[in-house]
Amino acid sequence: MSLVLENTEKKFDVYSIRDDFPILKKTVNGNPLVYIDNAATTQKPKAVIDSHIDYYLNHNANIHRGVHQLGNESTEAYEASREKVKNFINAPESREIIFTRGATESINLVTSTYGRRNIGEGDEIIVSTMEHHANIVPWQILCGEKNSVLRVIPIDDNGEIIMDEYAKLLNDKTKFVSVTHVSNTLGTINPVKEIIELAHKRNIPVLIDGAQAVPHLKVDVQELGCDFYVFSGHKMFGPTGIGVLYGKAGLLEAMPPYQAGGDMISSVSFEKTTFNEIPNKFEAGTPNIAGAIGLGISIDYLNKIDFNRLHKHEKELLDYTTAKLTEIPGLRIIGTAKNKASVISFIVDGVNALDMGIMLDTMGIAVRTGQHCTEPLMTRFGISGTARVSFALYNTMEEAEIFVNGLRKTLNLLK
Amino acid sequence: MTIEEIENEIVDEFSFFTDWTDKYQYIIELGDKLTGFPKDKMTDEYKIKGCQSSVWLVTKLADGKINFKADSDSTIVKGLIALLIRVLSGQKPDDIINAKLGFIDKLGLRQHLATTRSNGLGAMIKQMKMYALAYKTKLLEQQTN
Repeated sequence: MSLVLENTEKKFDVYSIRDDFPILKKTVNGNPLVYIDNAATTQKPKAVIDSHIDYYLNHNANIHRGVHQLGNESTEAYEASREKVKNFINAPESREIIFTRGATESINLVTSTYGRRNIGEGDEIIVSTMEHHANIVPWQILCGEKNSVLRVIPIDDNGEIIMDEYAKLLNDKTKFVSVTHVSNTLGTINPVKEIIELAHKRNIPVLIDGAQAVPHLKVDVQELGCDFYVFSGHKMFGPTGIGVLYGKAGLLEAMPPYQAGGDMISSVSFEKTTFNEIPNKFEAGTPNIAGAIGLGISIDYLNKIDFNRLHKHEKELLDYTTAKLTEIPGLRIIGTAKNKASVISFIVDGVNALDMGIMLDTMGIAVRTGQHCTEPLMTRFGISGTARVSFALYNTMEEAEIFVNGLRKTLNLLK
Repeated sequence: MTIEEIENEIVDEFSFFTDWTDKYQYIIELGDKLTGFPKDKMTDEYKIKGCQSSVWLVTKLADGKINFKADSDSTIVKGLIALLIRVLSGQKPDDIINAKLGFIDKLGLRQHLATTRSNGLGAMIKQMKMYALAYKTKLLEQQTN
């Protein structure tokens, strides 16, 4: 019945979208909040917030255990959410969806299980220069343990991966490729499909870090062909502390468990323990049930958004702001790739990024400053940090204008 | 003047500003005015590293009182340092060690000290007190010798 009543018409109206996000009505230092730090985390629609309250008010019970009514309700909602994630990224099967704490934990799960089992001495792992620390350090730890080698794909001055150099890095020793879909610092949308295809020609598995992609792009893991895809709920309008690891069933089945505890076992005796099937094998202990359900609600929310129009809207914000920033003397945009998400990093001659961030905050404008957990990328560009604006679906052209004017005022004070 | 008297003076000065932008504009002015840090001391030895800005700090003991000089790559942090120097420089080690620095709360600057990692300012206060403790020990040793 609900299927018949469901409104499947997709829409996009930024002002009605804003009404769905209560926090956007807040004022900061007497000014209306202009939240343009969405690459760090996004705000939550009321439906996601309400789902937390509803879960604890009406359904809370541990999952996969209780024979009682509440246990069944929470299990059903949790598993329904897994199904929603599966559909959201078009995974073949819902058992290929593992709930984690976030993209970071998803990557650590892969390095600790697949990595430890399959990567050995002298083997090579490829990442790119623009990776977030979360897609560098877990691999480095693995390399340290196994005496393997981390190889890095260089980028050009626009912040684009140099594909020829990538092709050259692939060799018989390459055992894994792990690359970000969208750069959190530069906004670059990487040609991940080509990256995956080149690796697969040599049967090398590929992990794609989709943390910055899912709030902006329609992701189809089957079309991409990736072996693993990871993302965080909180960057796609869902709760914090919940994320996803998608992995091809065959790979996940062959991987040893990550953590051990309840729900991930099939039978335990002091002599021998056998492990549960996927996905439960990788979800030890009581998971973030409310978070997983909330993530499902954020997916419901995104499913109602017309992504073509969202893309057009974010492109307008990106193009307008980029053009206005380019007019400012001494300002340099870091990350000028042709294919970009609505993220702009910039530096200004003789002005510390932290100072810009503090001054903008006094005007109610929330941006991020610093290295954005991409220190090697900062080194590549020979800079110590940037200020970064990152737009999401609820940001308006008026806000972009407030930001540009606020920045001009800030620079007048600081220069 | 005692540390507390200087703190009160600063709180009075800031009471003229109603707007945060104005408060910071004043801090930026103070930062711009803070000069005279010896260029040859801008090395790692004197650096207090923060995630987003760095602070350099040197000290000198004269007549049982400590003089501080500092610099930063952030103008706002420099302005905040200028305030700290105004309060603590030229004071006796014991007074520095025991300074409550309540003016930071009264100015509403606590939020900026809380994010120690991002600006190194909290680390700077700690470092100033460490110097005071070291000088106090040194002075005591001199007395007993």
